[in-house]
Order: sequence, then C-alpha cells, then structure tokens
Amino acid sequence: MSDMILLGTRKGTVIFERSHSTWRPRPIEHAGIPVCYAARDPRDGTLWASLDHGHWGPKLSRSRDGGATWEDVLSLKYPAGARYIVKYLPTPDFDPEAPAGQPEYKDATVFKIWNLAFGPAEQPGRVYAGTIPGGLFVSDDGGDSWELNRPLWNHDSRGGDLFAGDATSENRWYGTPASIDYGVFEPGIHSIIIDPHDPNHMYVAVSTAGVIETTDGGQIWAGRNRGMTNDYSPNPESEWVHDPHFVTACPGQPNHLWQQNHCGVFYSADGAQNWKKVSVPDAGVHFGFPVAVDARDGRTAWVVPARADSARMALDGGLCVARTTDGGKSWQSFRSGLPQANAYDIVLRHGLDVAGDRLCFGGTTGNLYVSEDRGETWQCLGNNFPPIYSVRFG
Amino acid sequence: MPGQQFPADIFSTIRLADMVTVEMTSHLFRFFPALVHRTINVPAGSVAEVLRAVDAIAPGFTDYVLDERGALRRHVKLSINDTLVFDRQTLSDRVPDDATVYIFQALSGG
Repeated sequence: MSDMILLGTRKGTVIFERSHSTWRPRPIEHAGIPVCYAARDPRDGTLWASLDHGHWGPKLSRSRDGGATWEDVLSLKYPAGARYIVKYLPTPDFDPEAPAGQPEYKDATVFKIWNLAFGPAEQPGRVYAGTIPGGLFVSDDGGDSWELNRPLWNHDSRGGDLFAGDATSENRWYGTPASIDYGVFEPGIHSIIIDPHDPNHMYVAVSTAGVIETTDGGQIWAGRNRGMTNDYSPNPESEWVHDPHFVTACPGQPNHLWQQNHCGVFYSADGAQNWKKVSVPDAGVHFGFPVAVDARDGRTAWVVPARADSARMALDGGLCVARTTDGGKSWQSFRSGLPQANAYDIVLRHGLDVAGDRLCFGGTTGNLYVSEDRGETWQCLGNNFPPIYSVRFG
Repeated sequence: MPGQQFPADIFSTIRLADMVTVEMTSHLFRFFPALVHRTINVPAGSVAEVLRAVDAIAPGFTDYVLDERGALRRHVKLSINDTLVFDRQTLSDRVPDDATVYIFQALSGG
C-alpha cells in the first residue's frame, strides 16, 4: 500500500505522507495556483502536477527530487495546423430539420491538461496526457517533449483529418463546459487506461463523446459504448455523445472496466465491448463522478454517490461510500467516520483513489477522508483544504 | 573606411539601439526571478519581437503570456504606453522608440 497521497486543489498541491500510522501533510506546493491533477510516476518517483493558471495558461510541473524542487514543463503544445470543429449548444431557435451549416473550425490551444497516465516499466519514459480540447499527448522522454496522437485527433468521430483540409465526416464530440471556470465548450480527455498486459492496448474516455479503444498502440481507435444509455439525449442508444465522468480498469483483470456518469454506474466484464448499467437508484447508487476498482478483483468497485443531476451534492446531507464485490449486482453503503448531517460534499472525477486496502477521497468542500479497511470505516484528514480536484496515491 | 557608402540596411541595424522599456505585473516575477529588480530594456520592434527579447532574458516567458499560436492569452492585457494593443493574434503592433510596454492580467475569482 502506498504511504503517499497527492491532492490537486484549487490552491496548490498537497502531499500527505504516512509514518507511524499517522498521515501528515507537507506545506502546500504551487501555493495559490489551481492544480487540477497531481500524481506520482511509480516507475521513478517523479511527481507531477497539472497547473491551471488562470492567466498564464495550463502548465505541467515536475519534481524529480520528491518534491524538494519543481520545474516547469512547457513543451506540451498543439502542433501548427491542429484544428477542431466548434460545437455550440442548440439555441432556442434551433431547427433540427434545417440543413446542417458549415462547420466552424478553430485552431487548437491547450485549455487544460486534465490527467496524466504513466506507461509500463518496459517503456520507462512513456507518459500520456489528456487535454481539453480533446488531445491525447504522448511523451517518450519523461515529458521533455510531447507528440499529439493524430489518429485520435483526426478520428472520423471528430470530422476526420482537419490538418489536411475541411471535415470529411460529422463531428460527434461535444463539450464539457462544467470543467472550466470560464465555460468553454470543448471536449476533454479525462481518463487514460493502459492495459498492464499489453501497452498497445489502451482506452481513453472523453467528455462528451464516450469510451474509445486502441489495440495497436494508438494507430486505430474505435468507440466502445455499446450498452451505454444516454437518458437525456434524443437517442439514448447512440454510439456517441456519452459523457463518462470517469472510467477505470482493474489492473489485475483489465477486461473489467467501470464507469460512472450522469446516467448511472456502468460495468463491463469484456473489455468495454459491452457495458451494463449496474446502479441501483433505490439504494442511492446512481449519480456521481469518481469510481475506483480493486487492483486484483475486477468485480469490486467503489463509488461516492451523490444526488443527481441538477443538485450535485451528498445524498440527504450525509456522506457515504458504496462498494460492490459482485460486479454491481449488489451494493453496500458505508458511513462510519463520514458526516451524516449537513454534508454537501461533491467528489469530482479524479477525487477518489484506491491502493490495496486503502482508499482516499476529497471533494469540493475541502474535506479529505481515508479508509484503511477497504472503505468500511473512514478517518477525516482535514476539513479546511481548498476545493479538491484530484486525489491520487503516490 | 572613410567615405565608404554603407548599404541602407545597416542603418536599420544601428537603429536597434532604439530601446523600449517593459513593465509587468509582479505576479510574473514569481516564475521569472531573473526579471525582478531590474529595468527591462529591449530593442524596439513589433510587440512579438519585444516579447521574444524578454523571453531571451527569461526563458519560458512567452509561454506564460502567449498561447502556442503566438496570441495573447485570454486574460492577459498588454498596452503600449496607455493604449491597449490592437493585434492580439499576431502581435504586429509596433512599439516605438522610448515607449513602454505594460503587461498585466485581469484578476477575478477567489
């Protein structure tokens, strides 16, 4: 089990360390700067933070000495010619019968570096980054240089190769406006899953498009959204326009994937070829943002249920964590150590993590909780942190 | 040599002696300590050229005020003396000799 927890918060990076059975936070890093994601590369211990400077643009920050010093990584940029099709929400005078207008193109710039994923041990410099507006970036030198994955950027579901010219297909990727304070309407990649058994096999999840898989190292990508339902869209069974909040896979059984979104908790036991809704609204398990899966048993997962969808707060003023050990057939809620009155916490998509028997989560109200017994009892590590965007064991 | 006719463009090189001053929000000093407590004088030119000259003093500076297309970031303001720069996309506005470029940010939020 990990003895380090990294928090990405609205006011910087907080690193907890555990010694003598006690978790203690270090002084905050990147003080005053919003950090949307922070994580430790398990291969070499490099610490990463994704900074959301309000004025100075998104930046990666990297520490190769355990957090003693940090350096800017300025090399993650869209190449010249990278464009995307702007999508707008329909206006009240929108006529669905009217012929489609000409797409509006926009030069791509990085709005947010939303998450990072680290390659396997046999690819020591490989790091992935998912961005808004919907770019998957790959580095093979530990982040010194980055390359945009063009097959995904040029995917038919985005209008085709816009480096080469105008759209050759319809853009099916929509925006994720809630994720950026000033409300841009671009899609974002927030989940990157690398198959531990095959580094050429990966999934990404996009808000708003869905889950996309490659089996050849990123040359060919295909949507994997069968069984997903999109209750709020005109066609709930559509291949695209899904808004997975977060998608994760069991490291020991990577064919077992879990997804939490607007419309429920979804589970796949066949490598995302088919998804099944496994949430139980009557038991309070339905809406939320994060999901965590056990490292060995793909049927065991945890969620932090919230009230859907327009409220986005704890259920009935009490905070709970729900666990399934049978692939979502049944759920058990745990409340010991969590507030059961006047709690309004919402835990965002990267705000829950698991490492062995340990779990940790934190939310936008600045409360942080850790469990040492697989989520059954919880201990509060603090109530006054800034809004917490990400929680990751180191 | 005495009496030699210089080509015309050598005078533009000599004109590089014309300098402008760059002032900026102290928020940027946190990331670029090389710019603290010094007067920043760089050759006159376009706004883009002026910013590149600052970047030579403080590598990475342009990544903070410009996006990867070379446009001013959304919440960054830049003026030449007291006039906000017109061309935020390619930064072609000319900064005349002895002018001052001000770089500041629109603050908001909590």
